[in-house]
Amino acid sequence: MSSTFVGMPAFPEAARAAVDDPTLRGNLRHATHTIRAKRAAAVAELADWGGLREAGRRIKDHTLRHLDRYLERLEASVTAAGGTVHWAADADEANRIVAELVKETGESEVVKVKSMATQEIGLNEALEAEGIRAYETDLAELIVQLGKDRPSHILVPAIHRNRGEIRDIFTHEMAAWGRPAPGDLTDTPADLAEAARLHLREKFLRARVGVSGANFMVAETGTLVVVESEGNGRMCLTLPETLISVVGIEKIVPTWRDLEVFLQTLPRSSTAERMNPYTSMWTGTTDEDGPRAFHLVLLDNGRTDALADQVGRQALRCIRCSACLNVCPVYERAGGHAYGSVYPGPIGAILTPQLRGTASEIDASLPYASSLCGACYEVCPVAIDIPEVLVHLRERVVEGGPAVRRGNKVVLRPARGHAAERAAMRAAAWAFGHPGALRTGQRLASRSRRLHPRTLPGPGRAWSGTRDLPTLPPEPFRDWWQRTRGGKDAK
Amino acid sequence: MNSRERILGRVRRALADVPPDERPYAEAVARDYLREHGKRTVEETVDLLAENLADYRAVVHRTGARDLPDLIAGLLAARGSREVLVPPGLPPQWLAATNLERIEDRPGDTPQRLDRVGSVVTGCAVAIAETGTLVLDGSPGQGRRRISLIPDHHICVVRVPAQVVASVPQALERLAPTHPLTWISGPSATSDIELDRVEGVHGPRTLEVILLDD
Repeated sequence: MSSTFVGMPAFPEAARAAVDDPTLRGNLRHATHTIRAKRAAAVAELADWGGLREAGRRIKDHTLRHLDRYLERLEASVTAAGGTVHWAADADEANRIVAELVKETGESEVVKVKSMATQEIGLNEALEAEGIRAYETDLAELIVQLGKDRPSHILVPAIHRNRGEIRDIFTHEMAAWGRPAPGDLTDTPADLAEAARLHLREKFLRARVGVSGANFMVAETGTLVVVESEGNGRMCLTLPETLISVVGIEKIVPTWRDLEVFLQTLPRSSTAERMNPYTSMWTGTTDEDGPRAFHLVLLDNGRTDALADQVGRQALRCIRCSACLNVCPVYERAGGHAYGSVYPGPIGAILTPQLRGTASEIDASLPYASSLCGACYEVCPVAIDIPEVLVHLRERVVEGGPAVRRGNKVVLRPARGHAAERAAMRAAAWAFGHPGALRTGQRLASRSRRLHPRTLPGPGRAWSGTRDLPTLPPEPFRDWWQRTRGGKDAK
Repeated sequence: MNSRERILGRVRRALADVPPDERPYAEAVARDYLREHGKRTVEETVDLLAENLADYRAVVHRTGARDLPDLIAGLLAARGSREVLVPPGLPPQWLAATNLERIEDRPGDTPQRLDRVGSVVTGCAVAIAETGTLVLDGSPGQGRRRISLIPDHHICVVRVPAQVVASVPQALERLAPTHPLTWISGPSATSDIELDRVEGVHGPRTLEVILLDD
């Protein structure tokens, strides 16, 4: 994934700074609570929400279970419609393909529609290294790019910034990228949006190459779908002569009809609208309407490794609506940056360690960035059981075991830093298998309860630093049961 | 081995647990969701379209064929545009009452040229009542995708009830994927700054919809 995140500290460490930042917490709380309430209302309008959710789950599951067939079908459809299909096994290959395609046009700048896949592969940085400047055109992505910042939310990447911060970024940074911000720029959202409109319009009108992702690809017809609000997507998808779309291989649906499910569930789950303002659909190229050349780059970059995991593969059903972020008590407090990945929140906590593996400290910590409360599963419009995958990945982090990395079967060793947890679990397993020892231990613990420390020593210190240790009862349950026969004999 | 073969090979190895005789697609996906939400008369469906368009800050007008040219002329005059962009197949009588200069949608025109045009008038392929959505499919009365994008003022005429459907599933049935499609629900909007909705970032900031009684 993006090199931007290399060297990120593990989640608990990164989250501490976020939790201590009252502005950030205020911005996040306002945003997540607002969108959460709106979403519930938008979903309540559809009496068949449960049926749509189940259909979405089954369409995506079926597609993933026969992905090879649908990829070949899609390639044939796109090619027949006048597009060119490229295959990229990893981020480097995808970046190389895009850079080559841009160079072939003779251009040195591109306009971009917001795209999780191109963030994931660090495309902007890779193009910069090749002398190509990529302009983000989504308002929030523009704020992030001008602020030399990182996105913190899948849908509203600048959610961590308030209007005053955005005005300062526009005032100080716009001139270096093109048309400067007006001198008397206020911090009202309408004025800020107008400044972005003027700044970006000159880029749209002269752009000859556009780069996008896609929300859906229809195998049957070769149609690509981009869902957006501002019109920057329409600008990038229709004005340039060349369009390059970088799309993860999991974004396929089999048939045209399948869009009827996702075009109902995605807008209501993401922006809490009946429908987003703009949706563009294109199939290859069309004479004199839109780009004359269309390139589709199909991206693996760890997706086939996730596919090989029978529990974890359900994460590939994700349609990137971000509903799970907005209900997550951990995301709300820790913010998007602490996850150290372009996919933050609950979905990021299961998707990222599968795409990148669990070798690094940050990736090994992500399955723990959750309270397992289950709210993310409840709101997911394709019913991804995020808690199930989190527990599965925790087991992998602690115990190691078989997995697939870059297409090869490997046996993972337990992640570093989890020795104490593993030792504790082994000790617990032994004690539960030896009733005599368990009884003795429990009695000993009860009788010495006045002497127990309030915090744990050694490796347990970090755990007890943020939690109260449970107090032990004066006698173990089993002794109480024997003494009173379950409360029948009075005390 | 090229990347295509490498990725397809990885996919096939990853799916070794999937039985070869698994249920086919048609059986795997139950379609027990609704084709339409609620029971409405045709008139009620058109009313719902008007209501949902307005809820997303489109300006909605209703008229008959006789008064349409005057209505369009009035809207263009109120806007103060000097030129109006027109797709090649727009019925000529729609613009019979305006003397604004007409700019034909020609492939040779640069985006910069179109950016100087204030208003555009188009038809549509279908309109969806439950979501307040207009769909344009590039047919002659609608023109290229860019003409409904660059001018700041878009007037879209919907023939009612012929072009109105209740729901997203009903709309998809009517559309051809081979056409480039643009779905429009209200004017361009963003909620990126503190989730405050602001109309008009890059697309038209004013969307006027005329429901034309056939």
